[in-house]
Parts: sequence; structure tokens; C-alpha cells
Amino acid sequence: MSQTNRIKGGLIDRNQVMNFTFNGKAMQGHAGDTLASALLANGQRLVGRSFKYHRPRGIFTAGSEEPNALVQLRSGAYQEPNTRATVAELFDGLTATSQNHRGSLEFDLMAVTDLMAPFLSAGFYYKTFMWPRAFWEKLYEPMIRKSAGLGSLSMEEDPDSYDKGFVHCDLLVIGAGPSGLSAALAAGRAGARVVLADEDFTPGGRLNAETLEVDGTAGADWAAQAIAELAAMDNVRIMTRTTVYGAYDHGIYGALERCTDHLASSGGKPRQILWRIYSKRAVLAAGSTERPIAFGNNDRPGVMLAGAVRTYANRYGVTPGQQVAVFTNNDDGWRTAADLAANGVAINAIIDTRDAPAVCDVPGARHIRNAAVVDTVGRKGLKSVTLTDGQVIPVDCLAVSGGWSPNVHLTCHQRGRPTWREDICAFVPGADLPPGMAVAGAANGSMTLAAALTEGRAVANAQIKALGMTPSRKAAPKAEDEPRDCAPFWHVGESKNRAWLDLQNDVTVKDVKQSYREGFRSVEHLKRYTTLGMATDQGKTANIPALAIMAECTGKTLQDTGTTIFRPPYTPVPLGALGGRSRGKDFRPYRLTPSHKWASENGATFVEVGNWLRAQWYARPGEQGWRDSVDREVEMTRNSVGICDVTTLGKIDVQGKDAAEFLNKVYANGFAKLAVGKVRYGLMLREDGICYDDGTTARMGENHYVMTTTTANAVLVFRRMEFARQCLWPDLDVHLISTTDGWAQFAVAGPNARNLLRKVIDAGHDISNEAFPFMGCGEVTVCGGMPARLFRISFSGELAYEIAVPARYGNSMMQVLMEAGKEFDAVPYGTEALGVMRIEKGHAAGNELNGQTTAYNLGMGKMVSQTKECIGNVLSQRPEMLLEDAIKLVGFRPVDRSQKLIAGSHFITKGDEATMANDQGWMTSVAYSPSLGHSIGLGFIKSGDTRKGEVVRAVSPIHGTEIEVEIVSAHFIDPEGERLRA
Amino acid sequence: MIINHPLLGPRDAAEFVYLGDASLIDRPDWQAEDAAEAFYEYGYLRDNPAGQHQELWYHEQGDRSWLVVTRDTLTHEISKVEMARDVARSRGRSK
Amino acid sequence: MRYSAFKIFSQGLTGNKGWKPVWREPDPKPEYDIVIVGAGGHGLSTAYYLAKEYGMRNIAVVEKGWLGSGNIGRNTTIIRSNYLLPGNEPFYEMSLKLWEGLEQDFNYNAMVSQRSILNLVHSDAQRDAFIRRGNAMFLAGADAEYATAEQLRAELPFLNYDNARFPIKGGLFQRRGGTVRHDAVAWGYARGADERGVDIIQNCEVTGFDIENGKCRGVQTSRGAIRAKKVAVCVAGSSGRVMAMAGMRLPIESHVLQAFVTEGLKPVLPGVITFGAGHFYVSQSDKGGLVFGGDIDGYNTYAQRGNLPVVEDVAEGGMAIMPMIGRARLLRSWGGIMDMSMDGSPFIDKTHIEGLFFNGGWCYGGFKATPASGFCYAHLLAKGEPHPVATQMRLDRFKRGNLIDEKGQGNQPNLH
Repeated sequence: MSQTNRIKGGLIDRNQVMNFTFNGKAMQGHAGDTLASALLANGQRLVGRSFKYHRPRGIFTAGSEEPNALVQLRSGAYQEPNTRATVAELFDGLTATSQNHRGSLEFDLMAVTDLMAPFLSAGFYYKTFMWPRAFWEKLYEPMIRKSAGLGSLSMEEDPDSYDKGFVHCDLLVIGAGPSGLSAALAAGRAGARVVLADEDFTPGGRLNAETLEVDGTAGADWAAQAIAELAAMDNVRIMTRTTVYGAYDHGIYGALERCTDHLASSGGKPRQILWRIYSKRAVLAAGSTERPIAFGNNDRPGVMLAGAVRTYANRYGVTPGQQVAVFTNNDDGWRTAADLAANGVAINAIIDTRDAPAVCDVPGARHIRNAAVVDTVGRKGLKSVTLTDGQVIPVDCLAVSGGWSPNVHLTCHQRGRPTWREDICAFVPGADLPPGMAVAGAANGSMTLAAALTEGRAVANAQIKALGMTPSRKAAPKAEDEPRDCAPFWHVGESKNRAWLDLQNDVTVKDVKQSYREGFRSVEHLKRYTTLGMATDQGKTANIPALAIMAECTGKTLQDTGTTIFRPPYTPVPLGALGGRSRGKDFRPYRLTPSHKWASENGATFVEVGNWLRAQWYARPGEQGWRDSVDREVEMTRNSVGICDVTTLGKIDVQGKDAAEFLNKVYANGFAKLAVGKVRYGLMLREDGICYDDGTTARMGENHYVMTTTTANAVLVFRRMEFARQCLWPDLDVHLISTTDGWAQFAVAGPNARNLLRKVIDAGHDISNEAFPFMGCGEVTVCGGMPARLFRISFSGELAYEIAVPARYGNSMMQVLMEAGKEFDAVPYGTEALGVMRIEKGHAAGNELNGQTTAYNLGMGKMVSQTKECIGNVLSQRPEMLLEDAIKLVGFRPVDRSQKLIAGSHFITKGDEATMANDQGWMTSVAYSPSLGHSIGLGFIKSGDTRKGEVVRAVSPIHGTEIEVEIVSAHFIDPEGERLRA
Repeated sequence: MIINHPLLGPRDAAEFVYLGDASLIDRPDWQAEDAAEAFYEYGYLRDNPAGQHQELWYHEQGDRSWLVVTRDTLTHEISKVEMARDVARSRGRSK
Repeated sequence: MRYSAFKIFSQGLTGNKGWKPVWREPDPKPEYDIVIVGAGGHGLSTAYYLAKEYGMRNIAVVEKGWLGSGNIGRNTTIIRSNYLLPGNEPFYEMSLKLWEGLEQDFNYNAMVSQRSILNLVHSDAQRDAFIRRGNAMFLAGADAEYATAEQLRAELPFLNYDNARFPIKGGLFQRRGGTVRHDAVAWGYARGADERGVDIIQNCEVTGFDIENGKCRGVQTSRGAIRAKKVAVCVAGSSGRVMAMAGMRLPIESHVLQAFVTEGLKPVLPGVITFGAGHFYVSQSDKGGLVFGGDIDGYNTYAQRGNLPVVEDVAEGGMAIMPMIGRARLLRSWGGIMDMSMDGSPFIDKTHIEGLFFNGGWCYGGFKATPASGFCYAHLLAKGEPHPVATQMRLDRFKRGNLIDEKGQGNQPNLH
């Protein structure tokens, strides 16, 4: 096929030939074409199928409002469904396929639904498919889903990359049409930092599509000159191919820049960039969108918007047809006739709904007044139109204009509502604009070129003044006021056949009337019942005519009828762009422990703990699975000594004269009397009395404490402590700093812990049991003078210390400790062994401190002081939190020791049915205890503290298992704590 | 949103963490006769106004200040930003 | 008018001109037995069950805007009963059972689709918590199923198993969970209530309560005073504002939750999937759009719109867990106001004012509760006592210390 519809002129580069395929058919276009203009040039009229009735459809518009011409672009993992051919820039090698048909585009088997149309009217599916019940999921719904939807995802990972960026400016100008260019010129000349963003690849807006003149030069040339002037200004940034899609709070706009969509390959560059534009002020110059008139079979390929038809002629040098007629209710439609006629295209008729004289002279065209099109012929391509008086006019393209609607979308993103202006038959921006925004040009209802140019400058100057700057005195560009009269005319009442409003979702005039008849009369009911405006174009062309028809039904004005709510994005935004670089392993940053390098060189398997990666276990050759490694690590630690990187625990430095008093307020247990050189376990409550976090705090000096928190809560505890410090007790002399990342900290645990540390800690520091007893702390030096902190605390239940060194020495410290531990067969242990040992000791951790449990539940009720002011103690005493049969934390072991406990199983008293009413509690944590040789668990069970020795059932219906367990003390190992004091 | 930090100037709201109504500054007296009731109301009941709302934001990705922001819950317009510590003191909180 | 395939056929043959209004547009009467404030999902279902199950028909539902204009018309359509706590789970399981018979019950196809819901698991602790939850569901008579990563890989091959920051370790399925066509729920209940004589009065804003000697005797509205023996408030998103007119402060903050839909796509997702290490959940509508959401924006607001950071956060979650959606396009985003309660669980209760009842605090979980909420509220209004599955959903539970805190986040509403 050759470019049979190519005519002279246009902004395309005929020297650059672009080869592309549509449904496998090879075609050619030129640089500067869109896929749509190239398809039209090649005479391809049928390009897609509609959503519901699978009606054959052609190209309807020349812009981002396109409802019909959606294609699948590219192939393989790059496959891109639902791409509007009207905005896809042509590139050499482009491949496109049509979508939403079974069989070929020409012979879509699903087109049979069109024959069923009488039974598929608005909302039909709410009234049927209910019997038999099970058939919905099995039959009806799969059938509906398969025929619904449009394009397909490749189901492969998106291979392109996306980026994000911030831009700051004084003035954001949205749209580079006449009013936007005029505004940007004014602001740029005034010296403001300007961002000018436009969705098109060639700025200029309608100037590129019209034959109008500005300052005596052709509009497109003037636009190019304006852009050149702006580009030369350092204070102006021009962003083409950039759609400002949303207006958010405080002058922040979301914008999508398409960087490589116009290239055959992104070549390693980001495909698109999501910009957050921070503006002090904004001018919305988004232009307007033409709307159709509804008449019988107005959805045929070849029926197009009039403005689009002349865009193709003037900008792309393409005529959509050889025999064209215009159907209009306004003056603007006439320009299509005039422009095409000037290009030598035959204009068969101008059908004007108004009984008014000709707007201009169009050679060869019949002017038919006070008339309308009632029907069309030509299923896969328009052949003729029939008028109200019955006459038939042969045409292959009908250019329809029902008037223009200002693009008020962004003015409504912060819940502003547009206002109806009778004189121009359009909704214009309401008074309630997003703060900082002003609107100019057609978007503001100033429909003529002269008005747009003048208003663009005036509005920009007002914004410049509001910014405290001095406007440039240069005059606005000049143009003639073209005729823009428009008479309200929404649909042809005489049409017997279906007349489409929403082309993509197949909503017709009849559907709107039925919606009214059934009581769905508010615009939102209309939308939701008929799906009007819910397609990929969000009803940009369809909504206003449909609202007008509903207004006719209800007898209300259009102002009182209103619109549905405009929501971001203005045009669809790929999820890849919104996700940016936060995907795959880069979804969230990694935090690595100081000994990460050593661990990775020594067989560690790592586990994600919040953002941290921690060593989970260290496998040795010959071990058959993780359990082998973990059991060994536990045994070797309990028998000799083990080392674990515990840097991830939160560390907060607390200093100041009132530090003790402050700690006494944030911990539930007493901290006022902790001696220097001592560590204490601390329990923190939320203000609602629920346990929040626990840890230890060491008093390093008179006014200096070092607190540890759990890994998970490190950030949150710090935040809450700052709240207490700044908001609750602002005059306490206390300062906080997070030192989690500042100090590398290692647990050294096991009977040989002291022996090992003696080799590392410099002589002169006495760490004997007498000098450095359990819960002691102090500053020491290691390796010949390096400062370190030593805490004698134990999570494992063994004789244990935690030693902290500046984080940058962490990896070396691990090496030193392991080297020193060789003679004791020291072992590194990971989080699994850590977990096993804490369960053996009955220490609560995240599974027990889950935000639902109280100190009373944990058996620590007495720790919560009622004799001091502290967070959470008052509300912890609410009556139903202290019930006698409240759950209590205890230990469990299987009656049959060979059985394995399951965390998350629930406890049921023997003889009771396993129901929620009989639920006694649940198993929180389980482990295989290498020390005991069987599975052990911790859990909460009602009145657990008084039920030791009782056998209950631990049921896990989700696994289909149930075992008998005995309630025991949670302290499985060394219940008297002799080891840790050794 | 943008919060105009009294010390640091305009900062993106994404740098902050939101807590809630600034009445959380007004922690009741734990020794008062009606402490249980007062803490219940403090902890659980909110004015939740449609309009001007004084609320607590924490500059976690910044200087770690707690701020009291006066913001309209209908329009999101921010009319005032204060250091929470100053507000707390002005409401009589001390040690 | 009873709906059926035959009706559609006969109407289709006669130009679809015989369809009748689905609801009347009555003027308010001077007095009703019960005035329900709010014609959202819960208000309409309350009216429906009052009429159908409790034989009360002298009822008005007054609505400030158009019926179904609240969160019933702006949610992400998910139904499930995968709750943990005894204060919640039996209630939500009752709701799911009502969903299962709803369409036949009210003769309206709300497209209840039990396509399953899956909560992904990314850590051992999360697995333990979900096993606990799954078992609780079993104990309450619901269904649950734990799938290993291998099983998931076979069933949902498009998830990110091999290059994930937080690897998928398994997931908790509730196969009976799924989605429903949200608007149709409002319409079906409205139609059923209207047929039974309930007056649904749209564009009728309540401007005050008539409280005399501690008793509520009716409401003032933009269409005049309406007397009532009982006034039942059910105004998610406006609870604070409306109850303030009765002088009440609530354990509620109002927040915005954004929701999103992509352009239509051929079938991609079999059911609902939620990411366990980020804020993202998604399903696919019958029209083909991916319907998804994440976390609330996090600040008090009554503006039904959100901001960009949350939009991006949600998309990041989506790209992390299913990177094949990168070339799908976000078509529309919107926001709904969530009445976030202090423990993340709702209230269906009397107030201290005689004759004034309150239903609210549903956080972002109100949609799935629609049938049971209406049923239990109707029960409370008709019988004067809570329905057995809603006994803990009381306003005074915080004072007593009986919390229903599924997430364990405490008295900070934006964390639930």
C-alpha cells in the first residue's frame, strides 16, 4: 500500500522515510508523522474494535483524547497495550497490531455481540447471570472477562528503566499552544524561572494544525520562533513530550516526560521520567477538545472530529478522505472545509445544524442549512451519510464538530467544579482553582486565537506581579479574531439507529435515556451505570454531549447537571514510570551490618530484617541443611563460645542532667536509681498501656546513658522519645542521638566468652566476674588502645557480653574476635541460632511483643510502676486489660517429644471443640532445641501462669494437624540464671 | 504538600512523619483524681475537625524537630507552622 | 420488577422502553419509625435488612448527595473474612456468607466473584502471624489455605520470585475471598429497600439532631425537619462532622485512602493479591482494569484526594512484586475518606443519647462488611441489643480496655 492520502504541505520531513508495519502489513510514513497520520496516509481506515460490541473503528481524533485508535505497540517484553495511535510518534521499524478482536481485525468473531445489542443495553448484566449461583465464577464471568479488556500485557518483566526527578520554578506553564507560548514569553522576558511543558513532540498546539497567522507569519512558524526565543533564555526550560497529568497540593504538579518512546530502542536510557514540578505559580494553557454530535451509526471508520481532519491535512499533509463532508453546529467546522478545499480535497457538503448563512466561501461545497446527519453507511469504512431530509451524500470522510470543550481537568484536581457558559456552550474553569493556578486561552473559554494570545500574556503578567517581579512591557502577539459562533446541538433526535457517545465503551444515546428511565439520573449514576467516560480516554470527547442529553431528560440546566469529577492523571501514566527505580532488589535500600563482608566470606546465608541484611546462619561443608548449621551454632555457643553481630539493635545515646528522669518517664520500670556502670532491662509501653519495645539501657556516666532497642523498633522508639522530649517534657535537660550506625556491636556468648574477650580487651581492664558482674558496663580499650564499650548482658542465657567498637572497625573486630576464639573453637552464629537460644530462655521477641500484648500478658505486670509518671502506666490499668483469665506467656513442649510444634497453632482445652469460642490462645514462637533434643515453643494461653503441667491441644487446622502439648515454664534452660552470672 | 519549617524553610511533607492532633501535647496529670478518664479522652477521643486542624509532624528526614502545623483539612492549606516545643511550653508543659 | 434473562430478552425486543425506575424519588414524610442518615452501602443495607428481616418498613434513608456516593462507590471492591481476632472474625465471616447469597437474595447481579485473596508472606515472623490468622479463620468456620513459595510459583508465575528485595516465602489464601461490583451493591440494596417501602431521599442533608431531654427525636435536614423514633447514623467519611452535631467526640480520625485503576487489559490476575513488604494490593475488574491501592496518605483530611508520594509508593510496591505491569498505564486515581478508628476496628452501637445510634469507624475495611454491618445494625435498631457477632464493636471498649487491634498498632489511627 502506498501513501494514497498524502497531500502537499505539513510539518513532516518527506526526506525521511519511516518503515513500519500494522498487523504485519508493511507501510511507510515520514518523520513528523504520528502512527495515526501515517495510517491515514496509507489509506488504513479500520484500526480497531470497540470494547463491548466489537464495532469496526477508525481514527477519530488527532490527539491524546483518542477513544478508538488504540493499538498494541512493539513486541515481546516491550509490548505496549492500548497505545493511542494519534500520539505515538512514528519511528523507523515501528510495529503495531490492532487489539480486542478474535480472528482478524477485518473479521472479528466477537462482532456477533453487535447483533445482540438490543439485549445488551445499559446495565443488562446487573439483571441476569444470577442463576445458577455457581455459574458466575465458572462460566459467565470468565466469558465476560475474556471478551472485555483491551490490549494484553506481555506478562514479562518490563525491560525498560524509568527515572524520576524534581524541577523547581517560579512559573509553570502547562501547554505550549498560543496562550501557553504567549504566557511563557511574557514570564521569560520578565526574568522568571519558567518551565513550559507540552504533551506534544512539536510545541505550538493548534498553531501547528491551523492556517491562522500570528504577527503576520504563519502560526506554526511563529510558534517555532517563539520556542527559539524561549530556548535561548537561561531562565526557561522547555519540556516537550511532557504531559502535566496532575495538580497536587501546594503547587506541586506531576508530569510525565516520554524520553525514548519515539525511538526504536531506548538504548539504555530511561524510557520515561516522572517529574515532580514544584511551582510557585502556574498558568494552565491546556487548550480545548472538540466534541462530536451523536447521530445514527456515527461510529464508522471515516467519521472524525472536524478539527482532527484539518490537523491531518495542515500538520501532517494527509487527507483522511477523498470525498469529505462537514457536519457542524458551529463556525469552526467550516475551517475544516476551507482548509481541505484549499488543499484540493473535494468537499461534498457542509451540513450545518444552524439556519445561518455560510461562514466562509468553500469552493465546490454545498451548504446545507438547518440540517443534520441521521445515519451512515459503510461498516468498515464510511461510504455515505443520510440527512434528515433523506438525501444521501456519498463521502468517505465525515468531519463532525459539536463545538469545543475547554480542558479544565487540572483546574478540578483539587475538587474545583467547572461552570457552564451558555454563550460558548462549554464548561469553563470554576472560581475554585488550585491555589497559585491561573488559566488562559481556550482552556479558560477564550476560544479565538487573538483572545488566547492576549490572555496568555495578561495572565502570565498577573502571576509575575504576584511573584513580586516586574512584567515585561513587550506587547502581546497579534492575530485576527476568527469566527467562533456555536449553537447547542448534541444529538440528532430523528436517528433511529444507535447513536454513539462514548465510542470506546459503546455508550449510546439510548443508554443515557435508559439510565434516566431507570432512575440513574445524577451524572455519577449515569457514569457508573452506563460506563460512560470510564474508558482509556476518560470521556474527553463523550462526556459533555452525554451530560447534555441527561440534562434534556431531567429538564435541568447543564450547570445544575454538573460534571463528574475530573481526577488525575490527565492522560494515562505507565506504572513503570510511577515506580521509577524502586523495583527488583532496588525496591528499598539495603542496610548492611559492619561485619557483612566477613560474614559473606564465611558461608553466611543472609536474611532480610527490615531494611537490614543479617547473617541467618553460617553453613559449613557437609551440613545437609539449615537445621544442621543452626543446631551446631547453638551447641557450640552453649558449650564454648559464639559470636553474633547485633549492630542492628537500635542504639540511642541519652545525655543531659535530666537523662535519668527522662528515662524514668519513657520506661515503665524504674530507672531513676540505676548506678553508673550498670545496665538494666527496660520495658517500654505505648501510651495505651500495651508493650511497645524492650531493651537495655546502660549508664555509662553520671549524665550519659546508652539505650538499646529492638531492631524493628529502632526508628520508632527514637521518634517517640523525641516526642516525649520536645512535646511532653520540653524543659528536661536531655538530648538524644541515634548511634545505631555509629557503633558495631557483637554478642560474645558462652562459657568461654570471658576467656575470649580477655585476649582482645587490653590488659588493665578487669573483666573478672567480681569486677565486671552480670549487668555491668564500662568503657574499655581493645587491640592496643582502640576505644570500645563493654556490656555484660545476655540474650542467649549464657555468660555473655556485648562489645561495641566504632562501626568502621566492625569488620576487623569480627576478624579479631574469631581469631582470638580459635583456641576455644569459637563459632559465628546467625539470627536463627539467636532465636533458638532466646526461645530456650523464654525471652519475648517480636512474635510476643506484637503490639497486642500487655506486660500483664507477658508476666511482667509488676514491672509497670504505678508510683511514677511514665508513658502507658495509667491506661495499662484499664479493667478489661487485667482480667484474671487473660492470656499469659508460658512455654510448651510436645507430650510426644518427637512431634514438631507449629507457630501459629491455637490452643484448645482437651475435650472442647476447636472453635473460636473455645480458643485459649496461640503458639507464638517455636524452635527445635538442640539442648533439649526436642521441639519447644512459647505461647500465650488464658491463665497460663496457673496452668503449668496441664496438657492442651495445639491445633493447626490450616495444616490439618493437632498435637498435645504440655504447659511449662518459658525458661527451658538454666531457669535460675546461673550461667549468665558465672 | 510543603511544610514551611520555622528553622529550615519550605520542606517537602514527605520528609515528615505525621502523628495526629496537637492535643497529644496536653498529656493529663497522672496523679489527678480523674486520671483514668482523662487519659482515656486524651488517648482516644478526637475533635477531628473539618477545617483548621493543629497537628503534629516530625521532621524525621531532617532536623528531628516536632512541629505543630495548622492546616485546613478541607483544602490542605497550611496557615501556621510552629516548633512543637514552643507550643508545649506555651501550653504550660515543663518537666 | 423482577430481573431475569427473560426480562432482558422481552425488553430487548421492545426497545428497552419498559424498564422502571430502580428506586422512587419520594419527598420526606414528617415522621418515620427510623431515619437512617446516609445512603451509602451500610445505610442502604441496614434499611434493606430492617425491612426484609425485621419487618420494619416505615423507614427513611436520607442522603446528602446521590445514593451510593460515599465509599461504597469509591473502594477497591474486595471481600474477604481473613481476620484474626474474635471481636472481628465471626462478624466478617457472617458478612462473607451473606455476600455468597446476596444476589439471589436481592435479585440483582452485583458480580460477587469469589476469585480468592492472597496475602503474600516475606519473613518467618510474617508466616507465623499468618498461620495464626489462618487457624483463627478455621476456628470461626472460614476457609484458609497456606501456600508455599513453590506452590505460588506454579499458580502465579508472574510474581517476582527471583529478583525481589523481600523474597516471597509463601502466602495465605482465602479462596472464598474476592471482589464485587461495588456500585451494584448500593443499587441492589436500594432497590430491595425501596421495593419494601423504604423512602430513600437523596439530596437531603442532615443539618442537626433534635435532641430533647437527652433523647433524639428526629433530624433537621435541608428538606425540613423529620421526626423519628430512632435515628441511625451511618456516614463513613463524615462521622466526626455529623456526630459533632450531637455534641459527641469520637475515637476516630478521618484520613484519605487513594485508589487506582489502569486501562483495561485482557485477563492477567486471577484473584486479589496483596504485597506483604510494601503497600500494594491489586485485583482485576471484569472490565479488565487493574484495581489497586496501598496505604492511606496518613494525615487528617476531609478532601477526597491524595498526594503524589503515596501514588509513587503504591506503584513502587506494584513494580516490586509484579514487574510485568510496568507498561500498564494508570488511568484514574481517586480518594475516599476513611474514618480511622483508634484500634482499626469499627463501631455498631447505641450512643449515650437515647434513640441515637452510631455505625462507623470502618477504616478502609467497610466495603466487605456491608452486608453484615447492615444486618447487625438492623438487629441493634430492631432488638435494642447487639447482634451476637458484633458484641465487641462498642464505643466504650477503649475505656474498658477491650481493644480489637488486628495490627497491634495502638491508638494511632493512621497506622491501622
